[in-house]
Amino acid sequence: MTEREGRTERQPSPPGSRAAAARWQDALFEHTTRLFASLVLVLLLAIIVALAWAALPALQTFGLAFFVTDVWNPVTKQFGALAPIYGTLVTSFIALIIGVPVSFGIALFLTEMCPVFLKRPLGTAVELLAAIPSIIYGMWGLFVFAPFFADYIQPFLARTLGNVWLIGPLFQGPPIGIGMLSAGVILSVMVIPFISSVMRDVFEVVPPVLKESAYGLGCTTWEVVWNVVLPYTKVGVIGGIMLGLGRALGETMAVTFVIGNAYKISRSLYEPGNSIASALANEFNEAADPTHRASLIALGLVLFVLTLIVLAASRFLIARLSRGEGAKT
Amino acid sequence: MSTVSDDALAAAGKGRSRNLFAPRKPRRSTRYRRRLLVNRFNLAMSLMTMAFGMVFLLWILFVLFQNGVAALSPTLFTTTTPPPGSAGGLSNAIFGSVAIVGTATLVSTPIGILAGIYLAEYGRGGWLAKSTRFINDILLSAPSIVIGLFIYTVFVARVEHFSGWAGSMALALIAVPVVVRTTENMLQLVPNSLREAAVALGAPMWKVILMVTLRAVRGGVMTGVLLAVARISGETAPLLFTALNNQFWNANMNAPMANLPVVIFQFAMSPFDDWKVLAWAGALLITLTVLLLNILARTVFRQASVR
Repeated sequence: MTEREGRTERQPSPPGSRAAAARWQDALFEHTTRLFASLVLVLLLAIIVALAWAALPALQTFGLAFFVTDVWNPVTKQFGALAPIYGTLVTSFIALIIGVPVSFGIALFLTEMCPVFLKRPLGTAVELLAAIPSIIYGMWGLFVFAPFFADYIQPFLARTLGNVWLIGPLFQGPPIGIGMLSAGVILSVMVIPFISSVMRDVFEVVPPVLKESAYGLGCTTWEVVWNVVLPYTKVGVIGGIMLGLGRALGETMAVTFVIGNAYKISRSLYEPGNSIASALANEFNEAADPTHRASLIALGLVLFVLTLIVLAASRFLIARLSRGEGAKT
Repeated sequence: MSTVSDDALAAAGKGRSRNLFAPRKPRRSTRYRRRLLVNRFNLAMSLMTMAFGMVFLLWILFVLFQNGVAALSPTLFTTTTPPPGSAGGLSNAIFGSVAIVGTATLVSTPIGILAGIYLAEYGRGGWLAKSTRFINDILLSAPSIVIGLFIYTVFVARVEHFSGWAGSMALALIAVPVVVRTTENMLQLVPNSLREAAVALGAPMWKVILMVTLRAVRGGVMTGVLLAVARISGETAPLLFTALNNQFWNANMNAPMANLPVVIFQFAMSPFDDWKVLAWAGALLITLTVLLLNILARTVFRQASVR
């Protein structure tokens, strides 16, 4: 309005100039916020490009064989990523095997069983597990958990699961407490808060009328959760699991303390191994040779791309659930 | 269906799962009894998983206090990190951590808030906002060690020395997504009528956003900033290749800088007992800070934002 008045009078009256100033400031502010928003967008690309650029020498030297070789020898300058990739995947897999059922149980407890006055404190307590810094998990893992694991859990597992057909060899070997299995167990504790909080959130979006109808048919609490809540929230639950996987893949310090840092692929989970993140944390600053350094950066690139795919899938699934939710109600 | 006995139906009528206790009729079909058993067993397992989580939380905190409190002393805050075998404290690491985290917070807060404003106020459903939101959520969980590696390749390798600035940059990159997410979520809670009222009074959009909508949710935005600070204070991995470490007192952000997480890492992995004691003390300090920030964010500021 003021704009049109200013134009007809053909002279910049004070209110007109104020409106002009406001427009100009508005445009500036909008563009500033857009700039910072695009910065976030560009950051992801920048990370990939910068890492790929720095990793190029290693990829040129070793080619695709880099990803399928399990030799890592700084002395002979031979580098292959297979052992750390294997360690990363195996520890994350162990973390999920333990973490997913436990997170499901916790989410079930908090949404269906917990007395109302305990919901907030217990929910916060579970989230505090995520707040504890990773390095604290590492110290606790190395000094407290690993000895305990070696003395009690590993011999027990070797006696029981160690004799089972097919998976037996996984649980045989020297019970030293440090290795892939301990790293996986500690990782599982670290991903529980992430998975369970997503599960909790999606369980709470189930329309009460669905649950009530099932209860009305005579279902038990468990039957309601298993046959009504879980199918309804399936997509979101998978998204939550993927989120946990993404976290587990990139977890550094806790794994570095307990995995043992050995570049080898062993049949036994009791043996020390290495993950991408722990290899980086341990070696990067000591790597003087350019090829060594480039190989480590290439490892970082592999890790980043891997987590990107997993996390993107996770976000996609969670978003799909909430969109479907909007359409149904 | 037909096998569901009458008493099962009667029991179910009494309300959710109270059928565990309700019926006292003598005959129950075996199938019904099995269903009750499965239900009771699984709910007990659910309770166990909750206990499992709590056991680990309490175990870690217990160990931390047990080892950490014994190592606390006034000299911790007044003397610098010692060579093995002699007495010392963590003053340089504490200072370094505060400086690096403080700088990162100062840089990341405005960036995060502005980007969050764009997502909630301007972009909304546009392609830029949609893709930024998606990427931001991914960055929220991206491995922090890769962020450190990124800063190493684009900054440390160029200037050819480690520095406190580099550490701050890495931490800022980790904090930004946290601030963006909470700012956007909070701004979306502001009812449109509030914006419309302010615009109707003739206020330009930027004033409406900064002085009305953002102000209405400042408690929630503060929560986001506190959570971001809590997140980056405990981060070790991104500092390994950026700030590195420094055995001596250093207030120059342009030089390698001691910081609690990396000192804890170095000391805990060392074979020296007095270093390990210092590592426990540092671990306790860091965890207390992080937990306090978390609890503060969840209690004090949550109430301010809900209003």
